[in-house]
Amino acid sequence: MLSGLITSLFGGISVGSVLLIAALGLAIVFGLMGVINMAHGELMMMGAYTTFLVQNVCKGTFFADLYIFPALILAFLVAGLLGFLLELTVVRHLYGRPLETLLATWGVSLILQQFVRSVSWQFMIGIGIFAALYFGGNQLLSIDKSAKFDGKKLLLTMIAGLAALVICNVLGDIFKLAITQPWFGAQNVDVTAPSWLLGGLPIGNDQLPATRIFIIALTICCVTGVYWFLNKSMWGLRIRAVTQNREMSSCLGIPTERVDALTFALGSGLAGIAGVAVSLLGSVGPNTGTNYIIDTFMVVVVGGVGKLVGSIVAALVLGITSYLIGSDSFAPLLSWAPPLAGFFTFFSNSSMAKVMVFSAIFVFLQARPAGLFPQKGRTVEN
Amino acid sequence: MERILNIQELTVSFDGFKALNDLNFSLDRGELRVVIGPNGAGKTTFLDVITGKVKPTKGYVQFKDRSLRNFSEDQISRLGIGRKFQTPRIYQKLTVRQNIELAGNPHKSLFGTLLGKKSPTNQRQVADLLGVVGLEPKADILAELLSHGEKQRLEIGMLVAQSPELLLVDEPVAGLTDEETAEVGQLLLNLSADHSIIVIEHDMEFVRQLSAGLGSQPENRVTVLHEGHVLCEGSMAEVQKDPQVIAVYLGSEEQH
Amino acid sequence: MLTRILRQPVWREVIMIGGVVLLLATAIPQLLYAIGQGFRVGLLGRFMALGIAALGIDLIWGYTGMLSLGHGIFFALGGYALAMFLLLQLPAGKLPEFFSLNGVTELPWFWQPFSSLPFTLIAVILIPSLVAAIVGYFVFRNRIRGVYFSILTQAALIVFYNLFNSQQKWINGTNGLKTDSAMFFGKVVSSIEVQWLFYLLSLFGLVGAYGICRWLTGGRFGRLLIAIRDDEPRVRFSGYDPTGFKVFVLAVSAALAGIAGALFTAQSGIITPNAMDVSFSIEMIIWVAVGGRGTLVGAIIGALLVNFGKSVLSEQFPAFWLFFQGGMFLIVVAAVPDGLVGWAGRTWREWEQRSSRKSATYPQIDLDENLHREKTQTEKLHNSGK
Repeated sequence: MLSGLITSLFGGISVGSVLLIAALGLAIVFGLMGVINMAHGELMMMGAYTTFLVQNVCKGTFFADLYIFPALILAFLVAGLLGFLLELTVVRHLYGRPLETLLATWGVSLILQQFVRSVSWQFMIGIGIFAALYFGGNQLLSIDKSAKFDGKKLLLTMIAGLAALVICNVLGDIFKLAITQPWFGAQNVDVTAPSWLLGGLPIGNDQLPATRIFIIALTICCVTGVYWFLNKSMWGLRIRAVTQNREMSSCLGIPTERVDALTFALGSGLAGIAGVAVSLLGSVGPNTGTNYIIDTFMVVVVGGVGKLVGSIVAALVLGITSYLIGSDSFAPLLSWAPPLAGFFTFFSNSSMAKVMVFSAIFVFLQARPAGLFPQKGRTVEN
Repeated sequence: MERILNIQELTVSFDGFKALNDLNFSLDRGELRVVIGPNGAGKTTFLDVITGKVKPTKGYVQFKDRSLRNFSEDQISRLGIGRKFQTPRIYQKLTVRQNIELAGNPHKSLFGTLLGKKSPTNQRQVADLLGVVGLEPKADILAELLSHGEKQRLEIGMLVAQSPELLLVDEPVAGLTDEETAEVGQLLLNLSADHSIIVIEHDMEFVRQLSAGLGSQPENRVTVLHEGHVLCEGSMAEVQKDPQVIAVYLGSEEQH
Repeated sequence: MLTRILRQPVWREVIMIGGVVLLLATAIPQLLYAIGQGFRVGLLGRFMALGIAALGIDLIWGYTGMLSLGHGIFFALGGYALAMFLLLQLPAGKLPEFFSLNGVTELPWFWQPFSSLPFTLIAVILIPSLVAAIVGYFVFRNRIRGVYFSILTQAALIVFYNLFNSQQKWINGTNGLKTDSAMFFGKVVSSIEVQWLFYLLSLFGLVGAYGICRWLTGGRFGRLLIAIRDDEPRVRFSGYDPTGFKVFVLAVSAALAGIAGALFTAQSGIITPNAMDVSFSIEMIIWVAVGGRGTLVGAIIGALLVNFGKSVLSEQFPAFWLFFQGGMFLIVVAAVPDGLVGWAGRTWREWEQRSSRKSATYPQIDLDENLHREKTQTEKLHNSGK
């Protein structure tokens, strides 16, 4: 029974680890800008798809078993770049309106979900043509880029869109499936873990899967990295300063806009890494992000945004409790109290475990409305 | 004379930093008191504690011999303490008249607000107040369209509409022209005839105007806060002569 | 006499609404049938039901500034309540079909009261508002607001979704409750007569909901909601306790969503836990955003437009609907924050001003939107520089 408990606990920690990598980025961005990025889950998904691509490219080569490492780097870069663009084009313009930001990033998340479903060569060519025509046209007609969206721009958009649509259809007719075949499609795709992660560490009759050990190690690296970055580097100092008092930091010459962009990119990059971890645990699909995002929000809510350690504790506690409840680890221990055991058995699958854990969070917030480690001081509430 | 506000050994600390440190303060009914002090002296925290926004770590605040510790902001406001914020905080998307009506609504419970009828006296009071703060011509435009000075006056109007016994006014003339400053000063002095008022201020010229009082009134007292406690209290002349005050505050002010 | 009535805005509005209702109850359905688009009448009925939910969203988001991502809960609660009633219209001693498949032989206790119509009607309104009031009270009491509130409502949504989805035995889990073959006063629910009845009920429900929201937002109470939206801490210092107000508005809004859910379920013929899908609750927000938040008419127009747009677009280009929807979120939020109604109002005023060609006098300058926008922009610059 002891080894059973250890495996359960271990399972919980590994679930918590994934939550933690995903929540780290979210928590830093939320603390800094007061913004919730609803597309965070989709950035995870992009990280997972990047892993899938890297795996396919590496298949049969010398790197076949090591693909996970370039995948980590690429996933970080892809998600980070997307996050950077998201901040630049959307989030920045909605500064100080957190609810609007939430809705806009939700829109982005829908677009990203559909993007991985429909993306094909034809689709990419279409986007390329549209972008070339639109921005080229802007340049050619020397339209002021920052100007309001007016009739001229609307006309340009329509012409570029129509041209892209026609060319794509023609190309699709000529080359057929060679370019119309979606890259991923709406179905889930599978990432197989490298062979050295297939085994496990035997404990009693059970074994601890190596993929999960890897994920825990990865989490430790990320947390250490982020901790170091925030506490020891120049940019980390700036991020902390802006988090505590934006106006004052701005007065002291800290480029708050660049701090925002960098932090958002960093947070998104971490989502990409979380995506790699997720891809090792199960198949990857357009909805991968949605499955994790709300749990991740809960980590931020419970942990508070005052300190990094809040996210760590919250992620582990949430991961472990939902795993233990979901895998029905309590009922056998409570055989002396049948009603209590029955109570836990009622919640003993992953979705009912969520019901219980989330309800518990509501109760917890009655005692600590701002989470475990709230931000303190005069600036918190105006 | 009756004490309307009595504060004893008040300490507020944020994570070990003492914003207020063992502060003792009292105000008589009908008095106008000006509180000055350098940046970080704890002036705003002082108001935060009285209005219930911040709970004291130690000590107590008594309003009409009743401790305020267990009351929330809205309850304290209904007990009769009104507050004006440093930067004008008015409801931007409501008209000037609606702002004052909302503040002066006699039924502040949920169903009172929903079902309560506007009484004629109430409407007359709103009209009077619009006149007092000089915003009659702009009564029906959105408050966000007002100039900074008009917003300051509107907020004072909202404060009075609550018909409080004690008015707490935080830097009412920040960002106003000299002319507007004088107007607001006159307004506050007029109000002091039938209200108790605490004014927090930086502008020394304005402090002199307030402490001098109106023609027949006696001189108003000034309290100097420094590092979370009362450094000195007395008439403007006394305060200006105090060597401690000169050292920490007025001295540096007059070097400019 | 008549002209005097017409000059009063209230009566003008009543007459206009009466006209629209008359059209929707007679001419428009006939017209749709005539051009062979009869199925759109059914859609219109459903979308009017959704319009009721949109009004509720507008009340809490447009007016009070609370962005709920969990209104699917209340919608589903209303829908389930009515579905349970419809499924229980059986000969004595018989149970709804799915029970026997799950090995349940006796009607569970919480099903029993739903065989009564009055109880069900009360439950459709009261259950959602009670749930909302309880959740709201515990959230607002702790002064949790803004994004935190949004996230928590979403968590609550997940709780209810999982709860309903995994209770196969008691409420048929994922499959939900199918009502189209159930009986309603001796007629099959999917029959034209019953469907027409629910079409009319949706229409009058919408008008009633509009009236209630109009009453709530029109007076001092409505202005307090706006004050809470713009500066909640300040409201406390004016002597109001925002908690009670917010709980009340949330409960009203939930009741509206519950009514909408019931009317929608009767017309769509099924209610499943998918009504508590994360995306459906957020879609409700976009209806209001497209129409124009803070304007009640906008909420209704938005609900009808977006849903018709969705039904047309997803028929024609199923793959592009999500792109379109995503784009809509971005555009509405970033470019037209006051929605269609706000945009139309602005354009109308601009046109009116241009056509009147009067030189601007001082108070007009103050009221002029453009000048004012310039002013707020400079103020914003000033503030962000602080």
